[in-house]
Amino acid sequence: MAETVEIRWHGRGGQGTVTAAKVLADACLSGGRHVQAFPEYGPERAGAPLRAYNRISSKPLRMHCPVTHPNIVVVVDPTLLDSIDVKEGAPDDAVFIVNTGREPSEIRKKMGLKDTQKVFTVDASKIALETIGRPLPNSCMLGALAKASGIVDLDTLLADVKASFGGGKFSEKIINANLDATRRGYEEVKEG
Amino acid sequence: MGKVLAVTGNQAIAEAMRQINPDVCAAYPITPSTEVMQRFASFVANGKVDTELVTVESEHSAMSACIGASAAGGRVMTATSSQGLALMWEMLHIASGMRLPVVMTLVNRALSAPINIHGDHSDGMGARDCGWIQLWSENAQEAYDNLIQAIRIAEHDDVRLPAMVCLDGFIISHSIESMTFLPDEVVRDFIGEFRPKHPLLDVNNPVTYGPLVLPDYFMEFKRQQHEAMLKAKDVVLQVAEEFEKVSGRSYGLFEAYRLDDAELAIVVLNSAAGTCKDVVDEYRDRGVKVGLLKPRLFRPFPYKEVAEALSGAKVIGVLDRAESFGGFGPMYMEIASAMMSNGTNPVMIDKIYGLGGRDFMPEHAAQLIDELKEILDTGKVKLYKDYLGVRE
Repeated sequence: MAETVEIRWHGRGGQGTVTAAKVLADACLSGGRHVQAFPEYGPERAGAPLRAYNRISSKPLRMHCPVTHPNIVVVVDPTLLDSIDVKEGAPDDAVFIVNTGREPSEIRKKMGLKDTQKVFTVDASKIALETIGRPLPNSCMLGALAKASGIVDLDTLLADVKASFGGGKFSEKIINANLDATRRGYEEVKEG
Repeated sequence: MGKVLAVTGNQAIAEAMRQINPDVCAAYPITPSTEVMQRFASFVANGKVDTELVTVESEHSAMSACIGASAAGGRVMTATSSQGLALMWEMLHIASGMRLPVVMTLVNRALSAPINIHGDHSDGMGARDCGWIQLWSENAQEAYDNLIQAIRIAEHDDVRLPAMVCLDGFIISHSIESMTFLPDEVVRDFIGEFRPKHPLLDVNNPVTYGPLVLPDYFMEFKRQQHEAMLKAKDVVLQVAEEFEKVSGRSYGLFEAYRLDDAELAIVVLNSAAGTCKDVVDEYRDRGVKVGLLKPRLFRPFPYKEVAEALSGAKVIGVLDRAESFGGFGPMYMEIASAMMSNGTNPVMIDKIYGLGGRDFMPEHAAQLIDELKEILDTGKVKLYKDYLGVRE
């Protein structure tokens, strides 16, 4: 893994994208790594496109600005592919992880990705409906991201997904459903 | 050693306040104040601290209540931002004039109008002359460490002045970063018991706070305040030395980064300093002799030490995240004063950047270094004060 990994999340308000970035930051603390997680600040509106960012590094993180050249781009809401340039600033070896039921090759073509760029797909919304019962793809996307990037192992991630539901506000059922979604994201993500 | 956690700047501050466990907090915890006080209020509600939390009807009242509680003999803290600090302005002078060691967190946010609550130093710079010690912080770790040290600095017998700890709104306050916390007992032992001086509640030894002082003695009062402020500089260093023993983290009056042989220097506060340091490294790799100075203590301003650190620089670019309309930015004026009293005569330019939370990107730092380099090569300055990262 490179010394510093920069991630850009594209989602819509209310999908748990910012929470996913936070959980990832916690999970990546293992091994003495330095982490950052922050959203793009603006009015918080359900359904509006938003970006969130992560930096994960073996050295102290001093950069305090949005990620403009992401190594990994996570598209939590596939409808954003039609309205936002999610490839903006992504380098030739960038990895894209998209929540969609379509095949990676189809998405690669639709997005016009370079041969050197990788694309992974996972039907996170469907998995979320089957596990959580609501179209909240964030837990599933975390699992897919862990598999596609290798930045965190599944057990560590599951422990942090569980911890993020701490405080007694959520039922055991909801917590387990999110753990299932994370696990299935890890197992069902496809590269193409 | 303490725990490493990924937290927001606001969480870091609230956690420091929990560990400090002040006697009284008075606050008006709605926007533009951040969630610092909301988080601290939950510690109060859950019995994690012994603090008397006074919820008041305005920021002016918040500072008034802090003053009353501090004069009564308590260890007192609060937190605010932006318009909240502006509304406290009158009372900030009362706190410092009465020599009350109130400690406040200031999450730096822009002043209206137009309405904007994003990262900007206009609030803190506007309070420059209020007689408060000011410590500025690059990230959540520094904000946490500074707040713990501020207690010791403000309460020191040679000082007895209020202190504010500044950190960037949103960029640090609402962003998650990994940082190291000290164990509770280490913080408790480090700050020690609060020793009130001349408390109003000591009814056997009655004193008067804030009486009328006419022209015959007013200047002597102000002179004493100034001298106490000057003494704060040494105290800041002593406290930093002791803090290093318990934390392993070292602090000074400012941070000098790759400055020793630098011909070009950037002066910048808070979070943008981190971004600049990464860019300084890139230019150093290409053989450009550039360095950076990040002030930590802004009041009292360590003129002599700053001037010495910058004495080798031929061209200095000062970054100001606050505007002085029709004048140079506040940091530029301090650096200019420092360099003049030192007798060195570098070329100095001022760049206003990042107002109202405008992103400060590595490209902006690179643009500044390129301009400093051009000035060094040609001796020509286009504009002494200009904007960086603004639409034309």
